[in-house]
Parts: sequence; C-alpha cells; structure tokens
Amino acid sequence: MGKRAAFDEIRGHEGGDAARPEFAALGSWIRDTPPAELNRRQQAAEAAFRQLGITFAVYGEAEAAERIIPFDIVPRVFTAPEWARLSEGLVQRVVAINAFLDDVYGARRIIADGVVPPELILANPQFRPVLAGARPPHGIFAHICGIDLVRTGPEEFFVLEDNARTPSGVSYMLENREAMLRLCPELFELFPVAPVDDYPDALHGTLRSVAPRGRSSNPVCVLLTPGHFNSAFYEHSFLADSMGIELVEAADLVVDDDIVWMKTIEGLVRVDVIYRRLDDDYLDPLVFLPESVLGVPGLVSAYMAGNVTLVNAPGTGIADDKAIYSYMPEIVKYYTGSEAKLPNVETWRCREPDCLRYVLDNLSDLVVKLVDGSGGYGMLVGPTATRHEIECFRAALVAEPHRYIAQPTLALSTVPTLTEQGVAPRHVDFRPFVLSGADGVTIVPGGLTRVALREGSLVVNSSQGGGTKDSLILLDRPQRGGR
Amino acid sequence: MRLFVHHRTDYRFSEPQDRVVQLLRLVPGSHIGQNVVDWRIDVDCNARLRPGRDGFGNETAMLYIDGPVHAVSLAVMGEVLTQDQAGMVAGAAETLPPVLYIRATPLTAASESIRALAAEVEGADGTALDRAHRLMALVHRRMRFVPGRRIDGRNAATAYAEGEGNAADLAHVLIAAARRLGLPARYVSGHVLRPAHQHEWHEAAHAWAELHIADFGWIGFDPTADRCPDDHYVRVAIGLDHRDAAPVSGTRTGGGSEVLDVGVRVGIEG
Repeated sequence: MGKRAAFDEIRGHEGGDAARPEFAALGSWIRDTPPAELNRRQQAAEAAFRQLGITFAVYGEAEAAERIIPFDIVPRVFTAPEWARLSEGLVQRVVAINAFLDDVYGARRIIADGVVPPELILANPQFRPVLAGARPPHGIFAHICGIDLVRTGPEEFFVLEDNARTPSGVSYMLENREAMLRLCPELFELFPVAPVDDYPDALHGTLRSVAPRGRSSNPVCVLLTPGHFNSAFYEHSFLADSMGIELVEAADLVVDDDIVWMKTIEGLVRVDVIYRRLDDDYLDPLVFLPESVLGVPGLVSAYMAGNVTLVNAPGTGIADDKAIYSYMPEIVKYYTGSEAKLPNVETWRCREPDCLRYVLDNLSDLVVKLVDGSGGYGMLVGPTATRHEIECFRAALVAEPHRYIAQPTLALSTVPTLTEQGVAPRHVDFRPFVLSGADGVTIVPGGLTRVALREGSLVVNSSQGGGTKDSLILLDRPQRGGR
Repeated sequence: MRLFVHHRTDYRFSEPQDRVVQLLRLVPGSHIGQNVVDWRIDVDCNARLRPGRDGFGNETAMLYIDGPVHAVSLAVMGEVLTQDQAGMVAGAAETLPPVLYIRATPLTAASESIRALAAEVEGADGTALDRAHRLMALVHRRMRFVPGRRIDGRNAATAYAEGEGNAADLAHVLIAAARRLGLPARYVSGHVLRPAHQHEWHEAAHAWAELHIADFGWIGFDPTADRCPDDHYVRVAIGLDHRDAAPVSGTRTGGGSEVLDVGVRVGIEG
C-alpha cells in the first residue's frame, strides 16, 4: 500500500522523536520508560481484564471464541482546548440527532422541507412505522450516543459514524483508566488529567432525569440485558453495579395494563426507566420479531402509552444509518441553524449514479461500506484489498448500489503504541459517549480509543485485530484538592 | 349496506398458562364509505384491555390476562354502514405517506418468480391502474384460494411457489409484485360479506391489498375474488404485511400447546 504521511498525535506531522511541545512530558515518559517495563505493565493490565472477564465474542467464528480486547499501555492524550472544541461539536451533533428523531417520528418537517429524500427515511428498515406518533418522555430519543471520530491533523477531526442505538465500549473507558492509575501512577503526576470515574453517576442522573412525568420523584431504573451469553455482558453487569441499579433479563419483567413491573422477592416493583442493551428486534415479540424469546410482551405498548422510558428509545437506528449519515451536515444545519462544527468524512452515496460511477472507477483508493453493516463486516478497504476482493465488491455494487456508501481512505492519525519492536505509531479512532437527559447534554471527559495494532492497518474493530488505549483529557490547570 | 360482523377467536391451551398478553387489531375506523355504528369486544375471562393506536393509525387494544388461563375467547360484534366506493379509500386516518409502503419486508420479499410475475404486467401498455388490475387478475388466476389455511409465517415467495394460499398469502404475493413495479402497496385485514354464505361461520378473517395509484390514491384490490372492495367489505387494520395488521398477535407464558379456533360471520341481519 502507498505510504501516507499520517499525523502523529504526540509527535506531530514530522513523526520524529520529539513530542509536540504540549506533550513534552508524555514524550519523555515514553522515551524514558524501558519497553520491557511497559510490556510488564501491559501484561499486568491484561491479566486483570481477563480475571474480571472483560471479554468479547468474535462474530462469525465457529466457536465464538471469548477473547479479551488487547490493551495498549501508551495512552492517547487530548489537550484541554482540543477537548473543548470536540465537546462543542459533539453536543451540537447529538442535539441534532435527537431533534431529527423527534421530527421523523412526529411531524416529518425535514421531509416536507426537502432536506432528506423521503424514501431514504420512510422506506428504510431502520424507520419503525409502528412507532410513528409516539413521543418518549421529555422528547429525548437517543439518551446515549457513541460518536466515532477520526483525526487527520492537529485541527482536523471528522465524524466517521454515529451510534445511536445501544453503543457499547464505555466500560473500557473506565477499566482502562483504572488500570492506568494503578500501573502508571507517575503519568498522572506529570500532568492533570480529567477524571472519568463519575460516568456511572452521570449516566444514572441521565436515566433518572428522563423518567415519565409523574414518576420523577424517585424513579426505578433497571438495566435490561440479553443475558450472560451476550458479548457485552460484562459491561452490562459492570454498569448496573456501578449505578446501583438492578440488572434484569426479559423474564424478570412483566407488563400489565401498559405498566412495566419487575419481579422481586418482595413482589412486583414498578419500573420507570429501562436502560436496555437489547436490540429493537428483540424488545417485544408482539411488535417486532415474533420468534424472539428475549423480549417482554407489551413493552412497546407501555412505551407508546408513555408509562416507561426506554433508553435509547426504539427506532433510533434511523439516525445512525449509514445512508442517513451522508446527510448529517444538512441535518445538523437544519435543526441547529448553524454549520456542523464536526464535519463528516466525505461520502459518496452509491445510490446516486454519478457517485456510483466515481466509486467503481476508484475502488482501489476507497473504503466501501454496506449501509446496514457494522463491526467492520461488509466493508472493502480498497488500498489493502486483493484484486479478487475488489472484483467481488464491484459486482455487489453494480447489483445493489443503494446498499453502499464509499469514503476516501483517510490518513488516520497515529499514536505511539507498544509493539514487539518497541514503541511505534499505530492508527487510532475515538468514541466519546454523549449523554442527553432532561437536564441537558453531558459528556464525561474521556472515551474509547481503539487502535489498529497491525502496522499500517486502518481497521480498529476489536473483531478484526484492534485494541484499546486509555484516552486522557488534560485539564487546563492542576485540579485542586485532588482525588 | 348495513353489515353485521361476528368475529370470534378462541384459544384453548393444553396446560394452564401463567399469563397471556395479546395485541388486538380488531376495531375498524370510519372513513368515506364505511361508518362504524357499533363495535364491541368481549373477553370471556377476567382481563384488562388497554386501548391504543399504533403508528399506522390502527386502533389497537392490549389484552392482559393473569393465570391460570385455560382458554381465551374473544368475541367481536359490530355493525357497519358501507357504501360502494369502487375500491377507493378516502377519509381514512392516514398517518404515514405512501412512500413508506415501497419497502419489502421478510413476508413480502419478491422471489425470482414474483419478479417475473411483476414483469408480465410491467411491459404492457396502459396506466398504473390498468397494471394493478392486471396484476390482481394474474395472482387470482395463478393461486388457488384456500380460505381455511392457517397462517404460519409463510412468506409471499413460498406461497407463490406452492400455488395456493389463504387470503393473507394472496395479498402478500400481490403486495410483493406491486412493490416491484414501484407501486406502494399495503396489507389490509378486514371482513367481507359473501351473500350466498352469510349465515355460515368462516374459518378466518379476510385480507387483501391496497395499492397507491397516482391521481387516485389508495385503492383496494382483493386477489381472492379478483375485484376491488365494495360495500361488502369492512376494512379493519393496515400495515406493511400481515404481521403489522393481524387481528391478534399473542404471547403466552406457560407450557403445552394451543389450539386456535376462529369463526367469522358477516351478514346483513343482526
């Protein structure tokens, strides 16, 4: 593949040994800590993760092997001004996502005003017609969004993908930090780092704030998991534990008279807010997949009657659909009145004949994605693909162009990463978690940094050889009091 | 015409159930050519009914029954005044625009042979309305109507390959083919008066399709009879396919098996 001059977040565009001035302390730490010591600490962290059971299952592998996601000991760092700019863009984007959802399940002004083609929303399987007209308590649909960002230069951040359904990964933000505090305490003395450990409190606050009206004095919140076979089960139990709320499965809930109850040894307890980590399809067999045994019959009716808040609301997939993604700049402008502060990655919609022609002519330079794919599956990375893979995608594109979008292969930024050959640059992306409650939007200063551990690789998905790093947000000035 | 509808749905369980929860779409709305004079749902056991409305505009009711449940009997009795509108639907509660109804669903995905069926009328001259009529006639001719056949989640492709089906199957095939032609198409569940059989109990509620034709709007097409619904028809619920509009979607908590018995009688006397 061609050599791209990637921007290194610590060392800058030159990629030399010297760190950017604001990261001089980190640069020295990396230089002065022997690789063997970094390696020892990294293994200690991974051993702890394995013991905790922070594993994930690789989809598509016959034995669904449970693995831990590799952890990299060298952190990624954002300066306070960088974070402030990012936060502004994230708040704007998530406000727009919620306004969009409220509109498409309500008055559909954005269609009437011709901003997004009607069929792209209405004929999209992610739009759930049965829910049209239902407005969740406080009008908030996507309470928890994971916005995937990539970076190509000091000021150049792009949104790669919005996750507005049940985004996962926040437990890595918390566990990675805990490991770093334990294994590299000296780092946190070098510079003041914003804490992330109040995320569970912030999440709990968001959940409580969106309880149905009349139930707000002391709402009962629960976390609904598909069960311990789910690849993210560790995160479900971890979050429920940290918030001090019940972790329930569908069989623990019952709907009567359009009200949701939890079975407990003391009898039935009314449930007001359900943080559900179950996909829409499995929520309620009466409305979605009838063969589902994971769901709660009547749950959607309780939601539509306004008696329970589902976090996130069902039907939010229409906001993070990749076909809708390409319209996000217009959507942000439509609802917020200003240009998107965080731009999209340039995207060709293969459903448009001109775009399709361009994409077919440039397949070896582009990334092609299924609009309804996820986790790095159904994806062509042109520059690293074989001739055969490219020809397969060409045929698929010609057959069903509307199912694909294409993007340029970005020179994703790199961060120093511990490799077998010592510390070397590896490409990263970033997923901050944005909470939207009745009391506004909250972003805990941190997120999930995913790193492509293979040299030159741009695929950061955990299922395809990606790892994680801690993401440090520097504070403007030293924190008083300390924690 | 004054139509009297009796529609009963009986479930019997081989073992008592802990709980039964059902979503009912049994109540028709009024629109031009269809005025609901009286409509009642009776449940034979101690149950709670919660009325609602879904995104398609259907009147729904949630039915909650505590165990032990040995059997559930739903009885619908209604009286409707109808007028022949030549199949045209006007004045109904339209919550979603026609473009919604061009998407395929698992039950209405077009197979190779359904695509071929659509192609048969696609090339023909004439208006969209002509093509819709021709498509209905083709489905009527190609598929044997077996009214009592139980709905078992069969999709349009399977039903068309088997060459026979109940009203839902025929409607699904017509919908799948119409969407291939770019015509928005939706599923309708309801009732029909068969004058020669109005004193008999039929084994199932009826179903047909509505196609959206530019300049006309939604028009009903009943492929089981090869005609557009007239004053013999009562529209009850709509959706993308049977799953959205079925009279009853049910779940039960408990073991054993269930036996479902449906009886429908539509007459001009009460």
